[in-house]
Amino acid sequence: MKNPIGHEIPEQIANELGLGIYGVDKDPRVAEKDTTPLVEREYTNNKVVESIEEAIKMCGLKDGMTISFHHHFREGDQVLNQVMEVIARMGFKDLKVASSSLNSVHAPLIEHIKSGVVRKIETSGCRGHLADEISRGLMEKPVIFRSHGGRAAAIADGKLHIDIAFLGAPCSDTYGNASGVCLDEEMQAKVSECGSLGYAKVDAQYADKVVIVTDTIVEYPNAVQSIEGTLVTCVVKVDSIGDPSKISAGATRFTKNPRDLMIAESAAKVIINSGYFNNGMSIQTGTGGASLAVTRFLADTMKAKGITARFALGGITGQMVKLHEQGLIETLWDVQDFDTEAAASLRRNPGHHEVDGLLYATPFDRASILNQLDIVVLSALEIDVNFNVNVLTGSDGVIRGAIGGHPDTAKGADLTVIVTPLIRGRIPCVRDKVGTICTDGQYCDVLVTDVGIAVNPKRPEIKERLLAAGLKVYDINELKEMAEKVVGKPDALQFTEKIVGVVTAPDGTILDLIYGVVD
Amino acid sequence: MLKIITKAEAGTLESGDIHIEIERNETPEVEIDLSSTVMKLYGRQITQVIRETLSELGIAGAIVTATDKGALDCTVRARVKTAVYRACQSSEYAW
Amino acid sequence: MAQKHRLRRTMMFIPGNNPGMMRDAHIYGSDSLMFDLEDSVSMAEKDAARQLVYQALKTIDYGSTEIVVRINPLDTPYGRADVEAMVAAGAQVLRMPKTETPQDIIECEKVIAEMEAKYGRPQGDTLMMAAIEGALGVVNAYQIATSSQRLIGIALGAEDFCANMKCQRTTSGAELQLARQTIVVAARAAGIDALDTVYSDVNNEEQLLYETRLIKELGFDGKSVINPRQIAPVHSVFNPAPKDIEKAKRIVAALKEAEAKGSGVISLNGKMIDKPVVLRAQRVIELALIAGIISPAEVE
Repeated sequence: MKNPIGHEIPEQIANELGLGIYGVDKDPRVAEKDTTPLVEREYTNNKVVESIEEAIKMCGLKDGMTISFHHHFREGDQVLNQVMEVIARMGFKDLKVASSSLNSVHAPLIEHIKSGVVRKIETSGCRGHLADEISRGLMEKPVIFRSHGGRAAAIADGKLHIDIAFLGAPCSDTYGNASGVCLDEEMQAKVSECGSLGYAKVDAQYADKVVIVTDTIVEYPNAVQSIEGTLVTCVVKVDSIGDPSKISAGATRFTKNPRDLMIAESAAKVIINSGYFNNGMSIQTGTGGASLAVTRFLADTMKAKGITARFALGGITGQMVKLHEQGLIETLWDVQDFDTEAAASLRRNPGHHEVDGLLYATPFDRASILNQLDIVVLSALEIDVNFNVNVLTGSDGVIRGAIGGHPDTAKGADLTVIVTPLIRGRIPCVRDKVGTICTDGQYCDVLVTDVGIAVNPKRPEIKERLLAAGLKVYDINELKEMAEKVVGKPDALQFTEKIVGVVTAPDGTILDLIYGVVD
Repeated sequence: MLKIITKAEAGTLESGDIHIEIERNETPEVEIDLSSTVMKLYGRQITQVIRETLSELGIAGAIVTATDKGALDCTVRARVKTAVYRACQSSEYAW
Repeated sequence: MAQKHRLRRTMMFIPGNNPGMMRDAHIYGSDSLMFDLEDSVSMAEKDAARQLVYQALKTIDYGSTEIVVRINPLDTPYGRADVEAMVAAGAQVLRMPKTETPQDIIECEKVIAEMEAKYGRPQGDTLMMAAIEGALGVVNAYQIATSSQRLIGIALGAEDFCANMKCQRTTSGAELQLARQTIVVAARAAGIDALDTVYSDVNNEEQLLYETRLIKELGFDGKSVINPRQIAPVHSVFNPAPKDIEKAKRIVAALKEAEAKGSGVISLNGKMIDKPVVLRAQRVIELALIAGIISPAEVE
């Protein structure tokens, strides 16, 4: 057979190689040559669709499918609510919502669950009214809680298959090159920069269809893209992706709370004397005032001893950026930003890199960054005498938190330091048993409270080093008793027989169950 | 002998405190209406401390409205006693 | 257990009607805690604060922290009841506000003795400190400091003092200079502690450090603080510097060597060391030990 250019291409060779014949076997995805100049073409021949509804139609949403969202906009997010409202209006049912996390702002999901639009939820955490209702038995099926690393791994393995990912982006060009920061200086002021879109990157990579939802279309090329246009099915411009003041929260200041500061200072002493505080170390600090403040106390000693860290990982703050800019931390691996300063650094500093949830935390690959992590400092709602940690359910048994990267990093790091006050209000934080196990106690090495330090018996060498440095180390049971002496022994909680949540370990297996609360 | 003469209150709604309102009950019974931020863990104990404190002061008939914000037992005792002395218009404190 | 002589670098102020702060105020490491029944408590809440502090002292274990209660003056309707409740509660030290004359202390002491008898505490067990908060008190400082065996120290209350003096607090502290020096001299002459006033801007650590260095140079033993965050800066000024500790260790070692030889002359690096220098070195070691900067093994 002759191809349109006039050369003879035998069908036999084409069939044998499975290659097709140029000009004959046409792929509908290949666009005709477009001769309009770029400045026009980016507005005339692109991936932008008119509305969320059109995007949903284009992606072929069906009842029972799995749709995903990310939580990089924190409490400022309106993407999930806007998309769900349209989906509900269009009459879809029985969907699974798989968001990297859910916050108080997502309370409208309650109605969608009641009306049958949403049947299942997978998330890292849940807060506010939605969480209250789930704890009271709102859903037929239990919510599956996955850690950040566990979620990324489940998506990559196909265990959590995403049909359509609706990914909010602070800015995108018309081809779906989407980003959490904005390089265009004129546009910057208008963009609600969230910084890294690390968790969303995994969804973009593995979902069947990807919809970028943005309120800011920037000129092509949006060259600092978090999500590449080739992964994107279509782009929707909405009036607003959410509340800018909550998406790009101002600088995370170091806490002034004296209790948190005391815990942070004590945690820094533990780290400095742990044997892991060396030149070339790596470190991550989780959320929470005390945890974030640890770096402040480490910085002085790093300077004094001439120690630098090879990298800091995880949720990045402006304070981490400061250490990076002072040369104390060489590389920032950034899966999520906690403030505008960190977001600004991502576009400014060449040593500040966005990483996706998989590279950050998959449990299935030696290359995941957390496996190179020396030190992690993590908060806890409760810890038990076997060092198991709960970051998900409150003292009343109601869901009110997120697993986040807690179990991932606790296992990955050589030294896992858990920080918590001994008592919050009247609630003892060191308990015989925690309400919900989110992180296996065998991976939690040192507990630092405002009253004292305890070392996991599995790590006697760390205990010895701390004692040698003159630090006082308690048995964790002593700390538990000290708390109970002040506040009294709490009564046991009562639960219903209904399982409202399933907590998975990073490898996707069931670690614990959450039962419904009794009012 | 302490005797409730008037309705009285003590304490605040600040974190770590408990607000106690007390008035006379015509029957010789103690009725306690408690709301607490730590109800499930400590509601039973708070009620018990209120009862014990009243009985220690010899108060038999009282209606107590308690709003707890995570107070320790010693704070509960202090606020109940203050409210009782105020309700009895007495300053004959027994230390 | 009440102790007349002890380390008092910091005395942290706890408003008497604030249960939230009472649960574990000692964990921040101030040497003393001062529960206040006086200025931080409104008149309508005096009974509530007294009851609250009483219950806290009876129940909460503050460890080895010294427990001080600031009572209302005896010439108010609350003073006597405060003394009774706090003696009954086992408070270690009662702080008398607005002390003007030795008579103020003597009268309070009588009530304390009466209450000690009533509640079965050993006579003299309850210690006292006097806050001097006016011109008359400064003039009478030595008489006040020597008016009772129970006194552990005298303290300056700067706000009332300045009001009385018709002057303002300044950053230089010039307005307090004479009062501070008078108080510290009177305290030393009486063999008790001199304690400085609070610095109330919690966010200005620089000025807190300045004030603390100033009063340390004048000879004060410690300073009142109003927030846990002020404790570390004040301690950092009062704690001996590492190089001073090292020097003191060498001097104390030289002393031991001289004693071992039966020599009356102590020498270090070929130089003779005077008695006051040895005393100061011993004081530095003692302070470093109590503050937990060095371990007893290091000076064996």
